[in-house]
Amino acid sequence: MSTDPPRRIMAIWLARLAIDRWRQSRRAAGPAPEAEPDPPLALITETAHGPRIDAATDAGLAAGARPGMMLADARTLCPHLQVAPSDPAGDLAFLERLALWAQRWGPWSALDAPDGLLVDVTAVAHLFGGERALLADVEERCAGLGGMGGLIARAAIAPTAGAAWALAHHGPPRAILAPEDDPLQRLSDLPVAALRLDADVLLVLRRLGIKRLGQLAGIEEESEGAGRDAIHRRFRNRRSPAANPLIRLDQLVGRVPEPLLPVVATPPALVQRRLLEPIRHRDPLDIVMRDLAQDMMRELEGRGEGARRLELGLWRVDGEVVVRRLEFAAATRDPAHICRLFAARLDDVDAGFGIEMVRLRASWAEPLGLGQADLDEAAEEHGTSLAACLDRLSVRLGEQAVRRPVPFASHIPERAQRWQPPLAPEPPAQEELTFHARPLKLLDRPEKIAVLYATPDGYPVQFRWRGKVHEVVRVEGPERIAPEWWREKGTTRLRDYYRIEDGAGRRYWIYRLGLHGDGRGGLPDWFLQGLCG
Amino acid sequence: MDPSTFPTTGEPPALAPDALVGAAVSARRWRPGLKSHPLHSEIFAPGGEGSGGALALALALDMLRVEAEAAEEEARSGRSPKSREVLEQRSVLWVQDRAALRLTGRPYRPGLPPMLRRRLIHVAAETPEDTLFALEEGVRCRDLACVIGEIAGNPKALDFTASRRLTLTAERHNVPLFLVRLDAAPDLSSARMRWRVQAAASPPPLWNAAAPGPESWQAELFRARAHPPGTWTLREEGDTLHALAASGEGKVAADTHIRSA
Repeated sequence: MSTDPPRRIMAIWLARLAIDRWRQSRRAAGPAPEAEPDPPLALITETAHGPRIDAATDAGLAAGARPGMMLADARTLCPHLQVAPSDPAGDLAFLERLALWAQRWGPWSALDAPDGLLVDVTAVAHLFGGERALLADVEERCAGLGGMGGLIARAAIAPTAGAAWALAHHGPPRAILAPEDDPLQRLSDLPVAALRLDADVLLVLRRLGIKRLGQLAGIEEESEGAGRDAIHRRFRNRRSPAANPLIRLDQLVGRVPEPLLPVVATPPALVQRRLLEPIRHRDPLDIVMRDLAQDMMRELEGRGEGARRLELGLWRVDGEVVVRRLEFAAATRDPAHICRLFAARLDDVDAGFGIEMVRLRASWAEPLGLGQADLDEAAEEHGTSLAACLDRLSVRLGEQAVRRPVPFASHIPERAQRWQPPLAPEPPAQEELTFHARPLKLLDRPEKIAVLYATPDGYPVQFRWRGKVHEVVRVEGPERIAPEWWREKGTTRLRDYYRIEDGAGRRYWIYRLGLHGDGRGGLPDWFLQGLCG
Repeated sequence: MDPSTFPTTGEPPALAPDALVGAAVSARRWRPGLKSHPLHSEIFAPGGEGSGGALALALALDMLRVEAEAAEEEARSGRSPKSREVLEQRSVLWVQDRAALRLTGRPYRPGLPPMLRRRLIHVAAETPEDTLFALEEGVRCRDLACVIGEIAGNPKALDFTASRRLTLTAERHNVPLFLVRLDAAPDLSSARMRWRVQAAASPPPLWNAAAPGPESWQAELFRARAHPPGTWTLREEGDTLHALAASGEGKVAADTHIRSA
């Protein structure tokens, strides 16, 4: 006889997660009176067809706003409906943190996006005084989170994740499905939506007249398998569980295993030194820094990681905390490199009455394998690596100063190139057009030139730039570049580019902004934009 | 005297003493595609044209091509430390100070030579001091193919000591440095080669004689350790740098162009 305790899964449904988070963020923004009820408000997302409602407060629901509705429709029902942007990414991040917190009730917890959690509570309920007390504890603690009513949570416990989910969303409050109960019989009154199916599958089932779980299960039993075959045939192409009611039903009953993907917390690498005697001078601080960098290297080496961002916290005797942050171009754990970069950042630290604790934390780390140690002599001989060189440059000159040009899909010359961090991967781009000559260098801002021409839309003959007169000897053009109408105003003028060479052989790239008589302003201006080699 | 300035041809001289001097001079004359290249060059250019940066790029490309060919030869003989692919993926660091940026603008990727488009890293430094720091860090980096710098005028920070420092670092780590000096007077410097460049009228292109042709520059080598001074019209044609002796100069080399092979 097996002594394993029966599997117990708890599902927690945070029914109003988005609204609860909005309420808490509003309170964080400014102290609102505690007793004030929520206004009729909807959280919206911008879609291609206009703003769409994601969630609404109780007052908003009462006024007629529904999730999934267009905001314009809701406004006709309730003209004074307030709106706020919804934050799905923030909700998901919050849910991840909540999943870690929920491990207080069980050793494993999994996300059930967008607004639920699953906790494996096999054989732990007695620690909380039974399953009923456990569910009460969940609701109480969720309601106490963050104040302002906290989070509204509904929890249920069942032998499978599917059954627990169904009971949490559609069952009575604090429902428990005991291991000896027949799940199909207990859940037969729940709607088919309790099967975690996609909306289009639910629509199909409703058109078939199947509204309750019991009906779906009943079809199977009535005709000894023939009914199941019929449903199987209808959904035979649907491999994903969310699109196939039979798979979902089997998961609910426990005939098909449903693995949970647990959330595991990975605390960032952290090393610290508490100092016996507060330090007030730079030299001992450098020594502590060197020790910390060594510790950090060992810590990261053990994890097989390298730091991309390091945060150095200096706790002063009077309670102040000075934080210095450093980002690297590539993952590293070289102590000498870290010390060298931090040295530039520690110059302006005010030690006050002394620093009593120093902590170094790698808040962003990436996998980094072990490499051959760079001996000092070898570094002197062979020079630094590219990543180390870029780090040194960007620490002294700033992130914005060290960049790499990448192509961008645009015809406007100055938009056709963008700048990104030097070691970031190049974005995918189409092959560049090669039939137009482009100048070697582009001025940051095209400079206005005074041009002499024979006819307004003809070749330039002579121009004055930076106080010097240039005689145009040879010219090629125009290359006409129209404004990007989908982005710019309708009054933007087109550009006619000319490649020219002056009497001394200097080659420039100039353009005329607009045409004579194009109805978008007076006489067109001329600009010099590029210098050819 | 620097022994490297002597002709290095292994053939016994079978010529009259007069001709010998001439041959020695012409052997020492600079031409594109030379195997031994100096690691610190200075290029003086006017600020109102793109010739300085363009010549620096052309010289850098010429040097990179020679390097790549040498690597290929070594690979063929089976004792190659670096493959050609590795060499051709190394980045090029281009450092500009703020005044140079304002004078001649930023490098424009679609206008760069195709083999450099993916490899350029640009550094916009505020002051000449920052520029010199960036140049030195770049020259010290083993993963860079070369470093190009642009500094406008004669800043105080760029004195003989600073240029000597750059030369020594470049020669120690074997990373070539091309320093473009815009609107600058040729002051004291330890650069191994010093050029003065300005734009030259381009030859007419093949199809449209009225259009500007391939880029050409009038380059004067006015100080070099290993070469006698001279003036050339330089031009990139196809994949090679061509040098035409300037007219009016009574020297022999009519078209001492690279790679006679």
